[in-house]
Amino acid sequence: MSGIPHDHYEPKTGFEKWLHSRLPIVGLVYDTIMIPTPKNLNWMWIWGIVLAFCLVLQIVTGIVLAMHYTPHVDLAFASVEHIMRDVNGGHMLRYLHANGASLFFIAVYIHIFRGLYYGSYKAPREVTWIIGMLIYLAMMATAFMGYVLPWGQMSFWGATVITGLFGAIPFIGESIQHWLLGGPAVDNATLNRFFSLHYLLPFVIAALVAIHIWAFHTTGNGNPTGVEVRRGSKEEAEKDTLPFWPYFVIKDLFALAVVLLVFFAIVGFMPNYLGEPDNYIEANPLATPAHIVPEWYFLPFYAILRAFTADVWVVQLANWVSFGIIDAKFFGVIAMFGAIAVMALVPWLDTSSMRSGRFRPMFKWWFALLVIDFLVLMWGGSRPTTGIYPIISLIGAAYWFGYFLVILPLLGVFEKPDTPPATIEDDFNAHYGHH
Amino acid sequence: MFKKLAITAVAALTLSVGGAIANEETHTEDVDFSFEGPFGTYDQNQLQRGLQVYTEVCASCHGMKFVPIRTLGDEGGPNLPADQVRAYAKQFEIYDAEKDEMVPRKPSDHFPEGTYDGAPDLSLMAKARKGYEGPYGTGMNQLFRGIGGPEHIVSILTGFTGEEKEEAGKTFYENHAFSTGWISMPPPLSGEDVEFADGSSNDMRHEAEDVTAFLMWAAEPKMMDRKKAGFIAVILLTMLSVLLYATNKRLWAPVKQRAKDETSGES
Amino acid sequence: MSHTDDHSGSRRDFLYYATAGTGIVATGAAVWPLVNQMNASADVRALSSILVDVADVETGTQITVKWRGKPVFIRRRDETDIKLARETPLEDLRDQESRNKNKPDTDASDQNRTLDENGEWLVMMGVCTHLGCVPLGGASGDFHGWFCPCHGSHYDSAGRIRKGPAPRNLDVPISAWHDDTTIKLG
Repeated sequence: MSGIPHDHYEPKTGFEKWLHSRLPIVGLVYDTIMIPTPKNLNWMWIWGIVLAFCLVLQIVTGIVLAMHYTPHVDLAFASVEHIMRDVNGGHMLRYLHANGASLFFIAVYIHIFRGLYYGSYKAPREVTWIIGMLIYLAMMATAFMGYVLPWGQMSFWGATVITGLFGAIPFIGESIQHWLLGGPAVDNATLNRFFSLHYLLPFVIAALVAIHIWAFHTTGNGNPTGVEVRRGSKEEAEKDTLPFWPYFVIKDLFALAVVLLVFFAIVGFMPNYLGEPDNYIEANPLATPAHIVPEWYFLPFYAILRAFTADVWVVQLANWVSFGIIDAKFFGVIAMFGAIAVMALVPWLDTSSMRSGRFRPMFKWWFALLVIDFLVLMWGGSRPTTGIYPIISLIGAAYWFGYFLVILPLLGVFEKPDTPPATIEDDFNAHYGHH
Repeated sequence: MFKKLAITAVAALTLSVGGAIANEETHTEDVDFSFEGPFGTYDQNQLQRGLQVYTEVCASCHGMKFVPIRTLGDEGGPNLPADQVRAYAKQFEIYDAEKDEMVPRKPSDHFPEGTYDGAPDLSLMAKARKGYEGPYGTGMNQLFRGIGGPEHIVSILTGFTGEEKEEAGKTFYENHAFSTGWISMPPPLSGEDVEFADGSSNDMRHEAEDVTAFLMWAAEPKMMDRKKAGFIAVILLTMLSVLLYATNKRLWAPVKQRAKDETSGES
Repeated sequence: MSHTDDHSGSRRDFLYYATAGTGIVATGAAVWPLVNQMNASADVRALSSILVDVADVETGTQITVKWRGKPVFIRRRDETDIKLARETPLEDLRDQESRNKNKPDTDASDQNRTLDENGEWLVMMGVCTHLGCVPLGGASGDFHGWFCPCHGSHYDSAGRIRKGPAPRNLDVPISAWHDDTTIKLG
């Protein structure tokens, strides 16, 4: 598959030849597993495996939980308690699934920021990046609908608030919201369809993951230097790479074991730390909790959503220009989805000729600020909408958009990059050789 | 940019400290429960005493509809003998649709629902409240002290000041542990509300702690199983991590050696 | 290649085997809960054995209780029932086995089917051995016992098949006295 020259699978025995001429599946697996991989990959390149594990973990635990769960407003909460109390090992399965979602998002955020720092999105890897963004969107949709299923107070009110976003769309918003919910409010129809889609979407994600891998196996992996693997000959390529198996499989598995060590400690000893206590109260459409917060992984974008209130001049300008069609609520929705959109468009917004942030002296600082900005936004999203917090969120949102829409395009023009090593081999030898 | 951000951060801190102090007034006392920490377990005698307080005091208004009565006999729980569990179940009635009449409950039935509308179900109460927040929404306190549901319950049960007020035809009781400071539940415990067969102290503080421990068990009956599974997983993954680390190091050794060999002529 | 490779081969092999072995153990430990969750859950298991209070059952009547999703007949037999059942010669019976889970491999004599020695209490599954209908009680049918309305099987007062398409006597489930007035099923 890869453009990097390497040994391909050769069927030897009669049976292998027979199968290979009919279905070259062994060759496909061989080429995937033995793909030449830049030997200078650092520990930031392990999160892909963690993510693959998360997807499997969530699908497997999800399927078995579905064997005991009942998607009905009268029974959903009780069926989750049935899982927690009666099903053999059910409490572990549910805690694994609930905390598995958090692990999934921790891993995907590190994976995304890895890509942003090392310029993994740059040509020729734009398609890999775009597919990755689609995976991220599908993950958010899946996680959101999954959180509704236990039918606790946060499930219900989270669903009410988030589907309310669609109601902000001018003219057709209400119809769309009713269509999504299957009625005027979150109710049994909503719960049922969310269950169905929550079961379906992970398989869509699995398909997207296959395409994601296909895409970067076609272009070859990126690496911390951003220097491409030499492809003149097999011998040359082998100086820059090692086969994925066993070198990177074992390395990734080691990293996965360490990550899981922490994960299982959380599941075993503090499984409710990342959850919201209110979700242990059965949903009540007549009483809203004092403080509705989404799960932590939505907080940065939730902060951006709430940052644009009617007294912000950009919102007033948009309102005036659009003859009042764009109000503060709709603006917030646009900003929230826009924040993800600008990230998806980063391959075309970053004008720098240098791929890796390692050799971009100014970029490094702006990037560090972006990471801080993300954490500040996450914190801002968890705070009440009073006092200083909306202003902090607004500044955070401004930097988020500024980074992608202003700083990245301009940096490419003004920044003078450092000189990267000539080859991946040079980088590797500089790191591990005699100094 | 940096300057602006720094100013904003400082402003945020000062302002939210004020908010945090205001919050601190609904304070939660720390209680040293036996079930805390990675190796904490439920105290069987305490759970049995807590069941008694629950039955004689709480159950007159509250219910526990998600908890099967049979689990009172579970190991790691109150661990009552089977005949006591049956006798306990019998004191409550349940509607039998086939016979179309009220019949005594069996151990396989659940605890009854609450009889009083305003009284929330207590099945999950110990997990549905938090005692600690922050600081500043960072979750650090919950990380080090736990979420604090049980501590919150103890604080509520012992936090009444004795003040009452009427509002919209309802009586409210002052309680410093409650978020608004006024709670609609009258003080349930005053001390010596029950007699413990094991001669344990039945002052208000001990009754509150005992019933809270029981409610924690009711909310998380598999806690000890979970900790055991977590412990085994951590041990197994530690072994696996060490072995994979060594395997990885050995696997890469020749590759790194080659890098050394190739560069030894240089520099 | 490094010169240390030659004599570290066996040590390396051991390390690789140990890693693979631990990995397999960890995977196995992860798979077992996935299998075990499909076994009967605690609420289902709690109903696998039930206590039935029979203090109020009058002589000559029967109660039907649901156990493991199926009806169980508990009949307190009167003199006529017992007499008829005990006087029936074994060679008149279609099925020669007691079909009593409490007394496996015994013949179909009345003593082998009842709960007590005197033959007052008869506990059996209310499921016709033909196609699973629930037979009618109240000393019905041609043999003063049970009659299945679906395909006309007649059972006698000990629940033994006497006439009709059913192949076997009604099954007697695991049952015992819990105390003087309570029967434990399962």
